[in-house]
Amino acid sequence: MTNKKTLFEKVWDEHVVVEETADTPAILYIDLHIIHEVTTPQAFSLLRAKGLPVRRPDLVLATMDHSTPTTPIASFKDLEIAGNGAAMQVRQMEANCREFGIELLGFESAERGIVHVIGPELGATQPGKTIVCGDSHTSTHGAFGALAFGIGTTEVGHVLATQCLLQRRPKTLAIDVAGRLGRGVGAKDLVLGIIGKIGVNGGTGHVIEYRGDAIKSLGMDARMTVCNMSIEAGARAGMIAPDDTTYEYLRNRSRAPQGEDWDVALRRWRQLYTDDGATFDKSVKIDASKLTPMVTFGTHPGMVIGIDEPVPDRSSDPSFRKALNYMQVEAGKPMTQTSVDVVFLGSCTNSRLSDLQEAASILQGQRIAPGVRMLVVPGSQQIKKAAEALGLDRVFLEAGAEWREAGCSMCIGMNGDTVGQGKLSVSTSNRNFEGRQGMGARTVLASPMTAAASAICGTVADPRPFLESK
Amino acid sequence: MQAVKTIRSRTVVMATTDIDTDQIIPARFLTTTSREGLGQFLFNDLRRHADGRDRPDFVLNSAAARDCHVLVAGNNFGCGSSREHAPWALLDYGLKAVISTEIADIFRNNALKNGFIPVVVDRKTHDYLLANPGVDVTIDIEQETLTIGDDRVIEFPIDGFSRFCLLNGIDQLGYIRQQASAIERFEENRPWRP
Ligand code: SF4
Repeated sequence: MTNKKTLFEKVWDEHVVVEETADTPAILYIDLHIIHEVTTPQAFSLLRAKGLPVRRPDLVLATMDHSTPTTPIASFKDLEIAGNGAAMQVRQMEANCREFGIELLGFESAERGIVHVIGPELGATQPGKTIVCGDSHTSTHGAFGALAFGIGTTEVGHVLATQCLLQRRPKTLAIDVAGRLGRGVGAKDLVLGIIGKIGVNGGTGHVIEYRGDAIKSLGMDARMTVCNMSIEAGARAGMIAPDDTTYEYLRNRSRAPQGEDWDVALRRWRQLYTDDGATFDKSVKIDASKLTPMVTFGTHPGMVIGIDEPVPDRSSDPSFRKALNYMQVEAGKPMTQTSVDVVFLGSCTNSRLSDLQEAASILQGQRIAPGVRMLVVPGSQQIKKAAEALGLDRVFLEAGAEWREAGCSMCIGMNGDTVGQGKLSVSTSNRNFEGRQGMGARTVLASPMTAAASAICGTVADPRPFLESK
Repeated sequence: MQAVKTIRSRTVVMATTDIDTDQIIPARFLTTTSREGLGQFLFNDLRRHADGRDRPDFVLNSAAARDCHVLVAGNNFGCGSSREHAPWALLDYGLKAVISTEIADIFRNNALKNGFIPVVVDRKTHDYLLANPGVDVTIDIEQETLTIGDDRVIEFPIDGFSRFCLLNGIDQLGYIRQQASAIERFEENRPWRP
């Protein structure tokens, strides 16, 4: 028996309230519970029915993002959101938070935004914490060395009532990424490359730890992009050991520890790494320097190729044939011949300031192709403000794109922002499932730079030529 | 949750792999604050044309699918979004179990908490079920067995605790709440506070 531990094991072990046995799962303590309007109403109803309070309202971070409109108006107050259902859901969220004593970053809040964007932005997401949310992309927060994963609504109720969760200990998967990403190749291309390699179920039952030089050289925004899509490889969570990049990001954020508490926290955080000699259940190696910009061609994120590669031919597989048929793409041809109707820059994968900056660097002084609609939706109201201070909104507007309020928007199409039946979208979000961006929508997942280049060309396009002249 | 012990039914087959929760219930139907009535939207965009008419070629619309409670699906069923609306919709529609070679983690968790049974089988059994839609099956939670026809018995694993809760109709929240003093001790004694 060795006492060498992986990063995941250190965080897990610190949060076990009752050990797991053959007959019962562990009871795990949760340090931060993030909630939004779509996956919580039934959980609050359960509490109400049982007459239970929220155990630790101080450990809940609440906002609204999925059903909220992104139209640029000053106040959302009297807005009928995207139909009665969405409006009701938002009103219910306000009522639930009021009744149970939870602070809500609602419509009037300058800190409102996508759950997985605001947690880190406010400094609430911290190394070594356990973080859950009724949302599968909770894996995003693992970029800080937190153990963060998505849960269902019944479990949201469990955490609200007890601050704990029943969990079986997952297995561990190390993904070692060597080398460096080339110019015009970003974190999104890296994670799409990883999913392409291990498959959409390659991580099932596991927590991934991303390691290696390529990961260490990434900034926090990029690390979040990588961890965000861990769930797209089927993993429970993705983690990256915290380092100076992490600490510099968190320093002085409003909900991060301050003063002496900061020094104490920092000493603790510095212990959060995988010990030499600790073992993983599985491991995979990737060479970042071999990656090119990546685009999906099918109806899940594992159906992905390099921008110069032809769509593969697996016509003997009926699910594969069905996907190509839905996407209206042909085997043997590259995606760069596909014409584009809509470009979406946003979502918890790629809506942070550096994502907007990367896209803007391509769009600067350019116009998007006639007939293309481009929607730019910052991940939070704070990002929106920061981008406007840098003049990025001007770059997008002058290129012919729309500049919106923060929210999930076209990533999930719940708020009325949808792509349109049969239309093709190049999207910086994380899911290209059939109908994900609205009924009949065909989605090509790509990086912010690839999305920007595609908007200019009107076809799926390689961003690298746009960088050469800069 | 009501106790679930055995499920006996003919099967209905959707051989497609990677059926994600967006297909099980599209996002635009999630603007609800209740868990009832979601069955009408189950597989909506596969089941119906854009104008609302049924697609005759979709398997759940066939006469043979009527009164089937067990779905046989392709590999990696339930991947994607964590929405618990997926098992709610399946149950509300009248389905009670899904059989596949692999079932995504969060979906499986959500399903078990609602009494919808995820059954993971080996490839050979799966191939047989895919090739024989409408075959009679019995899922026995206590024995952890799937019986195909009268005599072909396959074991499948269910997490022991979930099995116990299913068989006894136990609410897992009640179980955690019984540990209230352990939770309090943990909160008091931990070396740091979130
Ligand atoms: S941006 Fe998309 S993936 Fe992220 S939380 Fe919102 S709906 Fe989910």
